[in-house]
Amino acid sequence: MLGDILNAQFIASSIRVATPLALAGLGGVFSEKSGVVNIGLEGMILTGAFAAVAVTNFAQNPWVGVLAAVLVGIFLGLIHAITCVTFKANQIVSGVAINLFASGITIFFSWLLFGETQIMVKTNLPIWGLFLPNIGEGSTFVRNMIVIFAHHSPLVYLTIIIFVLSHIIIYKTPFGLRLRSVGEYPQAADTMGVNIVNMRYIAVITSGALAGLAGSFLSLEQAHFFVKEMSGGRGFIALAAMIFGKWTPFGTAGAALLFGLGEALAIRLQGVAAVPVQFINMVPYLLAIFVLVSAVGRAVPPAASGVPYEKEII
Amino acid sequence: MNNIKKYNYFIFIEKITPLIAVLLALLVGSVVILLIGEDPIFVYKTLFSNAIGNRDGWGNVLFRATPLIFTGLTVAFAFRCGLFNIGGEGQMYIGTFLAAWVGFTFTDLPALILIPLCVLAAAAGGALWAAVPGILKAKMGVHEVIITIMMNWIASSLTFYLVLVYKAPATEDMKAAGVQQMIPHTSEIAEAARLPRLYHIFKFFNIDFPSYNQVNVSFLIAIGIAILAYYILWKTNLGYEIRAVGYSPLAAEYGGISVSRNIILAMMISGAFAGLVGTNEVMGFKYRWRQELFTNLGFNGIAVALLGKNHPLGVVLAAILFGILNYGGAIVNIYTEGRIPRELIMVLQAVIVIFVVISDELVKRIIRRRRKIA
Repeated sequence: MLGDILNAQFIASSIRVATPLALAGLGGVFSEKSGVVNIGLEGMILTGAFAAVAVTNFAQNPWVGVLAAVLVGIFLGLIHAITCVTFKANQIVSGVAINLFASGITIFFSWLLFGETQIMVKTNLPIWGLFLPNIGEGSTFVRNMIVIFAHHSPLVYLTIIIFVLSHIIIYKTPFGLRLRSVGEYPQAADTMGVNIVNMRYIAVITSGALAGLAGSFLSLEQAHFFVKEMSGGRGFIALAAMIFGKWTPFGTAGAALLFGLGEALAIRLQGVAAVPVQFINMVPYLLAIFVLVSAVGRAVPPAASGVPYEKEII
Repeated sequence: MNNIKKYNYFIFIEKITPLIAVLLALLVGSVVILLIGEDPIFVYKTLFSNAIGNRDGWGNVLFRATPLIFTGLTVAFAFRCGLFNIGGEGQMYIGTFLAAWVGFTFTDLPALILIPLCVLAAAAGGALWAAVPGILKAKMGVHEVIITIMMNWIASSLTFYLVLVYKAPATEDMKAAGVQQMIPHTSEIAEAARLPRLYHIFKFFNIDFPSYNQVNVSFLIAIGIAILAYYILWKTNLGYEIRAVGYSPLAAEYGGISVSRNIILAMMISGAFAGLVGTNEVMGFKYRWRQELFTNLGFNGIAVALLGKNHPLGVVLAAILFGILNYGGAIVNIYTEGRIPRELIMVLQAVIVIFVVISDELVKRIIRRRRKIA
């Protein structure tokens, strides 16, 4: 039975499930590296998912939908930055408010524009690998490799590029050094002439854009529809992945893949295993709790994460 | 002298920031209403006149405020200990299901025993569910925010499983039509486990009140719990310790207060409040457990607590305001034939939260500056 489950298709679907988690988790990395906790990832994913489907159906072009999702994410990131950086409000409260806002606004507009709360996607992105010439016919290994690595949405490859770029930006550029210094020791960074407010705005808005992109993948590519509350706690699982990945891009990607494996396994086990489906549905959430507990003492957050920066501490 | 006057003035402003935030949010709401081509004055007039213009409206408002008082107290109580319990939703699920289970299992008991038993079950369910993140936080230092959210989803799956185990048998009508339950639900709780509607109390005092109005004794329980929360926090040793941990865990530890014990206790009490939502939803209204995706009552509790400045009295007032918005919003939805979806109210609640935290910060900053000058 296990052999039927753990095949190339399974690994490919794990990658698919992991993609939005990884993207949102990377958003969390950017935000927290700069010292701002972003609980609002969940709402940004949800709003991105809705915007992607709504705009795709109107423009009949999924790429425009993806762009809309990113823009919506940027907008919510901007709100989070205004409340947390400019007004120094409690970052968790602001994030919670964004999640509430997202739950409301997505259903509000799906009633208004479509008259229902479940919207099908009319135009899909192409899956490039399906058009590959039949190389390696007869060789199971090559076929499996193609299934695992080539049969994906273009967004999956975009995600990989984004991760490599993010790693370079955070660890190999002056900008990245400044970003990290702002999240570790803002007083020192301020003394060195780094504009803390600007850095945090850029980071939080980037995290919004990434979460919006994650949302577009979730609705356009993974589900092929939008339904209310479809983010299903993924924003928080992404945060767990970020913590387990020790606030690094590749660590977060690895942890997201772990969650992807868990969720893909849960999907596969439905109807196969003797365990009731409701318990299988708990797997991602239980895994997140387990991962967080096991990360205790091992994963150290950026020192200034969650602390608003006060210039004049006397 | 002048400075002191100004200082008092700002203290006053700080007290009424929630009011300013609500007005600003209503303004944002009217912009949204204008954008979708409706008349904001008509919408707000319909909303408020139906919600608080007559006794039936008030009853509906209090009926909707009841669960929000519970979930608002959940967030406020934990917050006093420096904890963010945003798992009210899950704690509410477990408590509510447990209350229903007691109600439809021990059907032979008299009301005098069964009602307290159901209430206790609701509180215990919530407390147990909240104990998990409490223990993880206290003993291992795992942040409670992500854990409580994950526990919400686990609770939702768990009750979904349990409702299928305890599913009500198909009625004769359903058997005849060959249909299944649309929304999975359990059998009804015993008559003896049901909380009477407030109508009966009003009738006793000869006050005219519609008998179909759903507001029930659970509202009185909610008020009682708000007083209890105030009493625990400000009149008992436990409350003193909990608030001390909330102000500064290190200082509390230094003063001989066990931080981990208080964190776990605060989480459990806070969770018990969330569980008590079951008194309204099951014992006073549906008389059974129905499996639904998140009702958002738990999340709205966060907004209620913030608006109420994490004080029990503030929570009650904020819950009533949200009750007005929720009920009025539903009426507006009907009046405009769905052109104004009721989710507008959810958006308004989020906007209120953002404005509350922003204006709080602004006022605090101004006061700090004034203090320096004075």
